[in-house]
Amino acid sequence: MRTATVSVPRASMIDDDVVLTVTGLNVDLRTPKGVLRAVNDVSFEALSGRTLALLGESGCGKSMTAKAVAGLLDPVADVTGGTVVLGGTDLAALTPKERLAYAGPELGIVFQDALTALNPVYTVGTQLGEAFRIHEGLSAKAAKVKAIELMRRVGIPEPESRVDSFPHQFSGGMRQRILIAMAVALNPRLLIADEPTTALDVTVQAQIMKLLRDLRTESHMAVVLITHDLALVAEEADTVAVMYAGNVVETGPVKEVFGTPHHPYTRGLLDSVPADVGRGQDLTSIAGSPPELHRIPDGCVYQSRCPLVQDICRAIRPTLEPDGAGRAVACHFSEELDNV
Amino acid sequence: MSRPPRNAVQLPSGGRTVAPPGTEAIALPRGESVADKKTSLFQLLLKDRFATVAAVVLVLVGLTAVFGPTLMGDLSTRQDLGATNRPPFSFSDGWAFILGSDSLGRSMLARLVVATQTTLSVALPAVAISLVLGSLWGVWAGYHRGWRETVSMRIADVIMSFPSLLLAVVILYVFSPSAANIVLILAVTRIPIYLRTARAESAELQSRTFVDAARTFGTKPNAIIRRHVIPVVLPTLLTLATIEFCYVMLAESSLSFLGIGIQPPDVSWGLMVAQGRQYLQTAWWLSFFPGLAIMVTTVAANVLAAWLRIATDPAQRWRLTLPRKRLLVRLPVKEVL
Amino acid sequence: MLTFLRRRIVSSALPLLVVVLGVFALARLTGNPASLYLPLNATAEMRANFTAKYGFDDPLLVQMAHYFGGVLRLDFGESLRTGEPAAAMALRAFPATLQLAGTTMLLAVVLAVIVGCWAALKPNGVADRISSFVSMAAASVPDFWLAIMGILVFAITLGWVPTSGVGGATSWILPIATLLLRPFGVLVQIVRGAMVSSLSEPYIKLARSKGASEFRVVTRHALRNAAAPALTVAGDLTVSLVNGAVVVESIFGWPGIGKLMIDSILQRDFAVLQAAVLLTAVSIFILNILIDLGYAGLDARVRPAGRRKKSSRAASVVVAEPKERKIHVQTTP
Repeated sequence: MRTATVSVPRASMIDDDVVLTVTGLNVDLRTPKGVLRAVNDVSFEALSGRTLALLGESGCGKSMTAKAVAGLLDPVADVTGGTVVLGGTDLAALTPKERLAYAGPELGIVFQDALTALNPVYTVGTQLGEAFRIHEGLSAKAAKVKAIELMRRVGIPEPESRVDSFPHQFSGGMRQRILIAMAVALNPRLLIADEPTTALDVTVQAQIMKLLRDLRTESHMAVVLITHDLALVAEEADTVAVMYAGNVVETGPVKEVFGTPHHPYTRGLLDSVPADVGRGQDLTSIAGSPPELHRIPDGCVYQSRCPLVQDICRAIRPTLEPDGAGRAVACHFSEELDNV
Repeated sequence: MSRPPRNAVQLPSGGRTVAPPGTEAIALPRGESVADKKTSLFQLLLKDRFATVAAVVLVLVGLTAVFGPTLMGDLSTRQDLGATNRPPFSFSDGWAFILGSDSLGRSMLARLVVATQTTLSVALPAVAISLVLGSLWGVWAGYHRGWRETVSMRIADVIMSFPSLLLAVVILYVFSPSAANIVLILAVTRIPIYLRTARAESAELQSRTFVDAARTFGTKPNAIIRRHVIPVVLPTLLTLATIEFCYVMLAESSLSFLGIGIQPPDVSWGLMVAQGRQYLQTAWWLSFFPGLAIMVTTVAANVLAAWLRIATDPAQRWRLTLPRKRLLVRLPVKEVL
Repeated sequence: MLTFLRRRIVSSALPLLVVVLGVFALARLTGNPASLYLPLNATAEMRANFTAKYGFDDPLLVQMAHYFGGVLRLDFGESLRTGEPAAAMALRAFPATLQLAGTTMLLAVVLAVIVGCWAALKPNGVADRISSFVSMAAASVPDFWLAIMGILVFAITLGWVPTSGVGGATSWILPIATLLLRPFGVLVQIVRGAMVSSLSEPYIKLARSKGASEFRVVTRHALRNAAAPALTVAGDLTVSLVNGAVVVESIFGWPGIGKLMIDSILQRDFAVLQAAVLLTAVSIFILNILIDLGYAGLDARVRPAGRRKKSSRAASVVVAEPKERKIHVQTTP
């Protein structure tokens, strides 16, 4: 049961270290319709003290990518290629048992829906203390002290009296704080936040994002933020990887990508933001809908909705080409985009 | 399974958008795949070897019960005191004695065939009565809620809180143990099973939008129950009935075995086991074969019920069609231990 | 908590009362036992005396009032067969059944948890198919036949165990094995089902994300959540265990409450039957309360107001919890 304390270096004390390198990640899904590629050749890096956003519509594979990194895929999904290097170790090459030592101390994940993610039959104190019991072999009593500390750290009022409460006795925002506390309990290098605020209302969203930001700065974690929310990316992330139908179509610093998008999909997303739309005017949106997984075409994944589509797009899928200045795009006609 | 709606890219103006998450528990409306189910249920059955065998066994048992006794003629009652307790699997006395003979020299095979009819003619009506009464009652109680529900559930509690076999024993002792009485008592003691399930399902449906919609159009309660509630709860109840068939058959056998079920000269499987018991040391086949017949039938019905439960559940049907996992892929965490 | 308990006691007491009254009334309908207990050449006067002595000629309500007046003074009447106090006979038979049923349920629960978890870890896998088929067979075998076949093979042919009676440890094997099969077969399916759905809940992913080992995930997180439905069904199964006890006790000559009841019915020994029924009903009543307490102990959400409907306890044994049909699969990535 008890895992020996792992002798891996603690989270780095300086920012901009490469913490996570994902290269060529493939995830396949076994479905009644056959085996489908849900995540295709996805690569990205996450730096300490910085936030990387995986941005995309639901179904684009961003959440699946996060679960593959965390080793929490559903039984019907398998990682079938690529490496996930975290602090020098390729997690994808480890057996599930070996991975256990990394889950917690190296990598924390914040789930989306705090009510279902928390175990209803245990007190929050027990659940908060579990990581310490597993990885540091603490007694139940000592783990509870740690749990109270954690609750204080994430801003839960009166932690001493609330530590023995059950999840259903907390509000949505407080539950999300508890989830975050669990993820950062052992000061991991990497924190994956899988749509951490979608289930919350706006004011609470802002508080939760501030908490994540503070924790990141405090312990120099690398944060991977999974979201579909353009505004959230603009406010919180340093770099962004835009995903479409299982592929990363564009990456780069958020300011640059949002300022001058090089991929027609990114451009389409940004255009659909109603910046100065007057009453009565139509909102712009991208025509069509993303392809279903079993109908992904041979060429470019975006061909059916792209205004720039040419024959080459239907024949050859563009690869993610770095421009040498920290940005990369997967499009045959990215140069032409500015002229449209 | 349809794709989640595409409201994924949230507008930055704020405003609460609950986006469809990537992994989500999709609660499917129950009736959804009913249409394509009808066409392929049989094909789906053929895909599952266990279920196919079970279905074949049940059909054979049914055919035996219907046509068997006529074919056997008087073989089941013809005594031959010169050929008592003949062992099975010997052809010396002809095919009718392939399963041996009993203590009065009657053909075991013929008696088993006749007993099939008796056993099924108790079990099937009992299941049918309790299914119909219990389901209607439960759907009605669940639809109306309030005191009707409370009273119904209390009655179900009363019946269920006492061992049904004991109730049957007491009641059958009061009202002589005829086949009709056995059917009646088994039906009554099993009604609560359907009542509870139907009530739970029907009460749960009340919160569904399509029932709400029907109500807003001014549809009358009975019409809503008939058109919207019953079709949705029916698969569950039929599956339950298949399982109950086993229970009722076992209960009849137990009663007959204890001497308060089917009475001689009628014969049922349970009674045959009881009659063979005193010859256990010398003629094991007298008890063995009827018991085997009970077991094979109940196993078949249970297998079929298990399959039916998955096949009629839109949320689980995919299991039956899921391709096997390829070898040599990295195992996900769940597969270890 | 106390309110919760009080409500449960009141609502469980009603069935108890109805059953006892019902059995009383029904037992009287079986006819005057005078003909069974008096010699064939008994005079009409002897009959009248017998009937009057036991009050069989009074109206049903009077008999009932008389009886329950006695019950309140802990006087349960006397056996017509032996003249012994009925309560003493029932209490004497009770421990034998309790030991038999208790051991059986304990074994059934332990085995079902082990096998059910094993099957749940790989849904639709080989282990799952085998275990579900075995458990299905277990739930389908007629217990009386199994008992007889057990006697045939292990007592008569092999001579390993006695054919009947309570003796050494070996005399327990066949009755327990027979009685065990049904509850085990049902429970293992419940445990498996509850484990499968519990293992697909998000909180399992959370536990895994904390680095919990598979063993910890299964035992601490999944099993604890799966325990509530299993507990509920275990309660219902114990009620039906009495059914099995009647059969098994009469086959193996086990001097328990089941055999006592069958014997009393066949011999129209009303007082003993009622005492036995009352004792059984009270035990089931107490068991239900204990199960509710255990249920509340397992899941904090049922505790506060005790609003949980009785009916939410799995009504049917096999089609449990039909309310939520969810798939926890990544449908579109």
